Amino acid sequence: MTTAQLAAMFLPRRHESSLRNGLADGRWRAAEWVFWLVLLAAYFVFPERLVLGSQILITALFALSLDLILGYAGIASLGHAAYFGIGAYAAGLLAKHGFGEPLTGLALAAAVAAVAGYLVSFLIVRGTDLTRLMVTMAIGMVCYEAANKAHFITGGVDGLTGVVMKPIFGAFEFGFDGKVAYLYSLIVAFVLFWAVRRVIHSPFGLSLRGIREGGARMPAIGAPVRKRLIAVFTLSAALAGVAGALMAQTTQFVALDSLSFSRSAELLIILVLGGAGRLYGGFIGALVFMVMQSWLSDMNPVYWQFWIGLLLVVIVLFARGGILGGIETLRDKLRARHPEGAQ
Amino acid sequence: MIASFLGVLFDGVAYGSLLFLVSIGLSVTMGLMNFINLAHGAFAMLGGYVTVMLMTRLGVPFLATLPAAFIASAVIGIVLERALYRRLHGASPLDQVLFSIGLTFMAVAVATYLWGSGQQPVHLPAFLTGQVHVLGLDLGAYRLFLIALVVVITLALGYMVERTRFGAQIRAAVDNKEAAAGLGINVGRVFGVTFALGSGLAGLGGALGIDVLGLDPTFPIKYMVYFLLVVSVGGAGSMKGALVAAVVLGVFDVAGKYYVPETGAFIIYALMVVLLLLFPRGLYGRRA
Repeated sequence: MTTAQLAAMFLPRRHESSLRNGLADGRWRAAEWVFWLVLLAAYFVFPERLVLGSQILITALFALSLDLILGYAGIASLGHAAYFGIGAYAAGLLAKHGFGEPLTGLALAAAVAAVAGYLVSFLIVRGTDLTRLMVTMAIGMVCYEAANKAHFITGGVDGLTGVVMKPIFGAFEFGFDGKVAYLYSLIVAFVLFWAVRRVIHSPFGLSLRGIREGGARMPAIGAPVRKRLIAVFTLSAALAGVAGALMAQTTQFVALDSLSFSRSAELLIILVLGGAGRLYGGFIGALVFMVMQSWLSDMNPVYWQFWIGLLLVVIVLFARGGILGGIETLRDKLRARHPEGAQ
Repeated sequence: MIASFLGVLFDGVAYGSLLFLVSIGLSVTMGLMNFINLAHGAFAMLGGYVTVMLMTRLGVPFLATLPAAFIASAVIGIVLERALYRRLHGASPLDQVLFSIGLTFMAVAVATYLWGSGQQPVHLPAFLTGQVHVLGLDLGAYRLFLIALVVVITLALGYMVERTRFGAQIRAAVDNKEAAAGLGINVGRVFGVTFALGSGLAGLGGALGIDVLGLDPTFPIKYMVYFLLVVSVGGAGSMKGALVAAVVLGVFDVAGKYYVPETGAFIIYALMVVLLLLFPRGLYGRRA
């Protein structure tokens, strides 16, 4: 028997359909190719908006890292900005001190954030949901305070300046028009997304979903829950670190804000808005959230916060599953009405 | 040296009793329904603004505004509980956290819209300002008043929880919700009343705390960690736990700011991580 069959026996019935989809859809679907081609086309269609475009891609990648632990493994984190910030400072400091090769920066950021995530993961596997929320939040705040106080390294509240990037492969220089930055972010995001997609559809990814649905039952089919959670948390931290490094490299600046609680909270909002537990949830959420934010950018940020808050309350009360969840519900309803039209 | 140490201890205890007053409602509601309400600080902020508005716009004396602060927060609390919070009983912790972060953001924005982003002033009556000499120590009169008031309120709460019928219902519901409901206790109503009472106490704490904690629209976010810390370290649903945690936290925070100001809030966050790891269910946690 395969792990999948075993898991299907043990998981609650209501998730059978999603499980079946998850298994059958290891292959790329047409809609996914269209999605990525649209992102590529955006490069040509919106040449004026590429700076915002790379911010969206970076945030989407960051949201994907949270989705790994929240949407798939069921670990809620209120301090994921810690790994984003650690990655950003690692890449930023490396470049500031004369080693501005971008890909090395990404690798270093991933490694440093992974180590941080690995260490923290031992605290995460112990607790219940509430303790996890509190511990992740507290660790995020410890990181923020540390960066704030270590002014001589990080620049404190003024942020890390003097980040000078070398051209990618010695050929493509980051310019003010944001063209190279956009393509660079797009390629990195695509490659990492592809990798995460593979992980999610692997037996490992399936066991994560099993843990999310019923952690106590997973050891019965021989899944080492603790090890799996440590692995996925480390992986997620590394991804967040890369997202942070991309931010540092493309903007050539690291703000102290990249470690803040509000960034962690905002990330949760983005993911929940798009739809947690769905690979594209982070992308859709980041797109909608940040386009809205840039439209309303002349609004006082405090009032922007009001609408965000209202959005959150509405999502939690009426639209669990976010945008993608809503679309799926709609699709299921349509299929139920025209059963012969399905597949 | 000794005098400054005692002074820090005294300020810490005063600060801690304020934290206790604000957090006790959060602790009990969390213990009752496992409801993670990050917006609790917003009720404290509301109390603070009610006091400031009554004093500056209508010239009501400080002490007379305190009951109004309590009632305003309690009323808003029960309205929100009946209208919104009730729908999320039994929802996942994540949903509750997101929902209450949403409420907090909205409260911050509304407070900024209504009262501006600045710090609000409070003019304490003359007999509460200045210093009092006790056993050779100079103690702030207002802090002494705070401690005394919180002691009285704590005794009253203790009497209510331990001696009254309603208190027995709260204890039963915290211990075992299903069994309590089976015995005919209306757990939803107990929760609603407790929520209102807790919000009211938070509002009172917010009003009393203007002089100590300050008051501006970011209040609910700034002190969110402190309230959560009191609850999670003390153990949700435990009054004794919340009291001990609040006083320890207050003393550590004041001492940290006094002796090693350069570390800032670092000590508090580190303390939180350590305590949560050592006592995952809090010092006096009841639930396994």
